[in-house]
Amino acid sequence: MSARTLPLLFLNLGGEMLYILDQRLRAQSIPGEKARKDEWTDVDRKRVMNDIIATMFNKKFMEELFKPQDLYSKKALRTVYDRLAHASIMRLNQASMDKLYDLMTMAFKYQVLLCPRPRDILLVTFNHLDAIKDFISDSPGILNQVDETFRRLIETYNCLSDGEFQLIRQTLLIFFQDMHIRVSIFLKDKVQNSNGRFVLPISGPVPWGTEVPGLIRIFNHKGVEVKRAEFSTAGNYVTPQREGSFELYGDRVLKLGTNMYSVTRPVETHMSGSSKNLASQAKENIAPNPLAKEELNFLARLLGGLDIQKPAGGETGFRLNLFTTDEEEEHAAQTRPEELSYKVINIEATQEPGRRAELSRILGELEVAEPRPGSAEKGEDLLALMDGL
Amino acid sequence: SQAAWCELPSRVLLVLTSQRGVQMYDSDGSTMVFWHALDVPEHPAAHSVFARGIAAAGGRFVCVGTSFGAVLVFDIPPKGTNVTLSEVLEQHRDPVTDIAAEQGQAPDGAGDLVTADDSGTLCLWSTGEEFTLLGKIPGSGSSCSSVRLWNGIVAAGYGNGQIRLWEAGSGRIRAQVSAHARWIYALDLAPLTGKLLSGAEDSFVHVWKLSRNPDTDDIEIQHCHAECVTDTQVCGARFCDPAGDTFAVTGYDLSEILCYGPA
Repeated sequence: MSARTLPLLFLNLGGEMLYILDQRLRAQSIPGEKARKDEWTDVDRKRVMNDIIATMFNKKFMEELFKPQDLYSKKALRTVYDRLAHASIMRLNQASMDKLYDLMTMAFKYQVLLCPRPRDILLVTFNHLDAIKDFISDSPGILNQVDETFRRLIETYNCLSDGEFQLIRQTLLIFFQDMHIRVSIFLKDKVQNSNGRFVLPISGPVPWGTEVPGLIRIFNHKGVEVKRAEFSTAGNYVTPQREGSFELYGDRVLKLGTNMYSVTRPVETHMSGSSKNLASQAKENIAPNPLAKEELNFLARLLGGLDIQKPAGGETGFRLNLFTTDEEEEHAAQTRPEELSYKVINIEATQEPGRRAELSRILGELEVAEPRPGSAEKGEDLLALMDGL
Repeated sequence: SQAAWCELPSRVLLVLTSQRGVQMYDSDGSTMVFWHALDVPEHPAAHSVFARGIAAAGGRFVCVGTSFGAVLVFDIPPKGTNVTLSEVLEQHRDPVTDIAAEQGQAPDGAGDLVTADDSGTLCLWSTGEEFTLLGKIPGSGSSCSSVRLWNGIVAAGYGNGQIRLWEAGSGRIRAQVSAHARWIYALDLAPLTGKLLSGAEDSFVHVWKLSRNPDTDDIEIQHCHAECVTDTQVCGARFCDPAGDTFAVTGYDLSEILCYGPA
């Protein structure tokens, strides 16, 4: 597995999250003069986007992220996004947060799967970053942070070989394996089947550097071509026009990773999947995770390092609903299958050194020397205990 | 992680590779015969560490590739667990992708083992107490993801969807096929007939026929059959019999093994 996968996973999922939040905020916003105290305005929306993006691209956070390391569990990663989504005046209920995460992950899974070349995953990342820069185009300070990360990506990844990118791609696909949540915008566009699996087209442009299938060339022992033959298949491929740009600015050519949401297309997810899939996901949650404590330490450090703006006194947090009505959100929370619940950890970690030392002490006390006999859930216990913090 | 049956004259071993190293089991999977750990650095390095590429060779050895580019040669006793690391071949500068032993009859001077890496470089070896490098075919920018060797013909599948046939003795290219629209994941060869199976991320599995023209000595490849595994990126493809009449396919997110046979 590749130890360079986490930055790509984090940035692309973050990008999808921002697309969805932006769409929902626009859909629910009221023109400034007409808005009541508890309703969203354009100003609020811009502020939320700015706050979240600034937190995401925080320098210390990025430094930690780019260190070679294994991917973290779905649980640990989900907690980071939970925290990120609450980096501003916006609040999300559990059901909305679950839906947000489902959409983010299925969208990125789709993009990874359909990448023509393994290294095109970088173009997908650049597409997300280009769009993020657009969201904060009038905040030069944050723009700088994003450009810094952009440069870091180019420095770290542009020189990697196809083989290394394929390893990164495989690491990502394993992370997303067996996830088949149905997304209505995908179903409508016929990009996903009703069984949750994505449609893999067998037509269109071939990847840059690949030839359209069909030609057989035979050479003699002197290396001279002596025969040509053709074979045909059901596929209907064409030569690509040009290669996407891997520079700071440029036409990426690839559409994967660009914003597919618009205000008029609300996004719904369907929770059902075949029982086989649910069973395999449930098994994954129960298996002991020896990295759990490592992840928690990392998370605690990261979250402690995040510069989170708390609403100033007197300001109330605004709640964003990912569903069309409050009743729908409530219903979704009650009917979510147990196997698909994310079991989020709530960690209160702040910048105050006193609190941080306290947290480390608590984590130290939670250290379990050896598994209790018959206990198959060492990792689970730790995570459950953290819930109570 | 990979798994492969290594058939030697005296015994059959199940060999597994992973990020930690190499494990070898008896053919019923009950006893672990041997375990070789790769040197794993303290903290995850930027470069991944893993073993990849497995083949039985020379009637006596099991060869395993590594991400360092080195090929480990293990000497396997006819019985018991006294497996020893007999040699480390260091000709590849990129991670090893696949290794294949001659499945038919090697012509004189052709070698009986081929190793491939991420840069597309192929190395040809003659096995024995000491392995000898007979030739090196440089890569041309695309990773060689899988390789097979039959009657002195090297069949190589690449990340850009191409299949190339090379003359093992001379190292010259003899055929080039624009076979797939995506990364080729698997190649397999049926030694009784010279049928070649290729599976790739483009959802297609193709069956080809390799042959040598007795008059011109040209190597020929014909397309026999195509199967499209709808909406599935094929990750594995293997013939189920030495004549290549049936084959099995696996894919990403697929919990089934699909078997194809004559109508």
